[in-house]
Amino acid sequence: MNVNIQFREDGDLLVGFIEGEIDTYTAPVLREELEVINLSEGLTIELDLSNVNYMDSTGLGVFVAFYKKVVKENAALKLVNLSGRLTRLFEITGLSELMEIEKGGATNASI
Amino acid sequence: MQQLKKLYKQILSDYICNQNESDLYIGQNLIKQMIQKNVSPEDVISIHKQALEEFYGELPETVIHAYDFLIEVMVHYGLKVKEHQSLLVKQEEMRIEMDIAAQIQNQLLENEVPKTKCTDIGMISVPLRKMNGDYVHFKYDSANYLGVAVTDVVGKGVPAALCMSMVKYGLDTLEYANSNPSYVLEVLNQLIEKSVDDSMFVSLFYARYNLHSNIFTWSSAGHEPSLYYNAAEHTFYDLEAKGLLLGILPEVKYSQQELELKENDFIIIMTDGVTDFRKNEGFDAREKIKELALSFQHLNAQEMCNTIYQELLKLQDFKLYDDFTVVIIKKNKLF
Repeated sequence: MNVNIQFREDGDLLVGFIEGEIDTYTAPVLREELEVINLSEGLTIELDLSNVNYMDSTGLGVFVAFYKKVVKENAALKLVNLSGRLTRLFEITGLSELMEIEKGGATNASI
Repeated sequence: MQQLKKLYKQILSDYICNQNESDLYIGQNLIKQMIQKNVSPEDVISIHKQALEEFYGELPETVIHAYDFLIEVMVHYGLKVKEHQSLLVKQEEMRIEMDIAAQIQNQLLENEVPKTKCTDIGMISVPLRKMNGDYVHFKYDSANYLGVAVTDVVGKGVPAALCMSMVKYGLDTLEYANSNPSYVLEVLNQLIEKSVDDSMFVSLFYARYNLHSNIFTWSSAGHEPSLYYNAAEHTFYDLEAKGLLLGILPEVKYSQQELELKENDFIIIMTDGVTDFRKNEGFDAREKIKELALSFQHLNAQEMCNTIYQELLKLQDFKLYDDFTVVIIKKNKLF
């Protein structure tokens, strides 16, 4: 079980491609990777979850904490390319009403 | 110490002469005694060096330097070993304290399943590890209302356990089982939001059942939707709600909905550990639970809970991946 994130910067847009499984064991790794992002006003962070094949509620915790930090810094966060299973997780928990979640995203342009 | 030194020299001298296995064995036993007498590793090397000097007179200067170096290094080695041992002792102490904390936690959170005339209630809650991240709270005012909360704290270990205690006392201070479910969630949300860190939150399903009118009123904060079985229609309904998890935003409004429970209807409230089948992608756990509930609806609520647990565990090769909690409320036959 592993999680891996790679970033691509494009002006005011920072795209992070997350790959793997996000659970109790891998969540701390992802949290650390997200913590080092230099947040600034006007920056949009787009996290592409198309290669996340499993996520439990600990994973949600990582995104919620990161979302709060991003809002505090007046930056924006988008989660894109979620599987049906992940979309449902965000819907049940009411987070899809709060956070910006898209089935597609800027990353689709590069495919 | 003098005695040990003498013995060491004797055994070393014997071994140098005939390299006998038995001398090695005697040497090993002597080391055990030395450990008991708190002889440090560098002292043993020092004894060894003195012995060689006695056997062969003056040792070459380079060899003496080499021994001095080894003695210095071993001083630090000995210190590190001691440090490591004391950490192990501390770790053991902490483990014992954690066990005690888990026991206290279990006692604090213990909640008896109420017996009512018009309903049959069953419950099973199995923790994945020592401390359960799921919690079921019943409130029963025998005259009018039954209140039930099923909750799941995200996060593990001590922080989750502390958060759980907060939820319990929050529910206790709301005091009456007749509070509106939406109000219960709003108050708990404020309490939790003030007190926990950004990555911790709680999902909670709260229902109030009116024992006279049979009206079941429910509200949900980010919780796995419960299942409602309408016996007359032979149909299951998802009790869907998009209420936000508790502890994320300070002011959140929750909606509540209601339904009337009729004879042989039942409600299944569960946590995500019940539906989260990690290794079976594409498998619809909720459909499986409906299927199981239908086949075992002739059992009482507690037996239904136990059987569903056993059957689901079997499907996951008898391995839990998360805390597992199911509560079933069945409407009894009318008297």
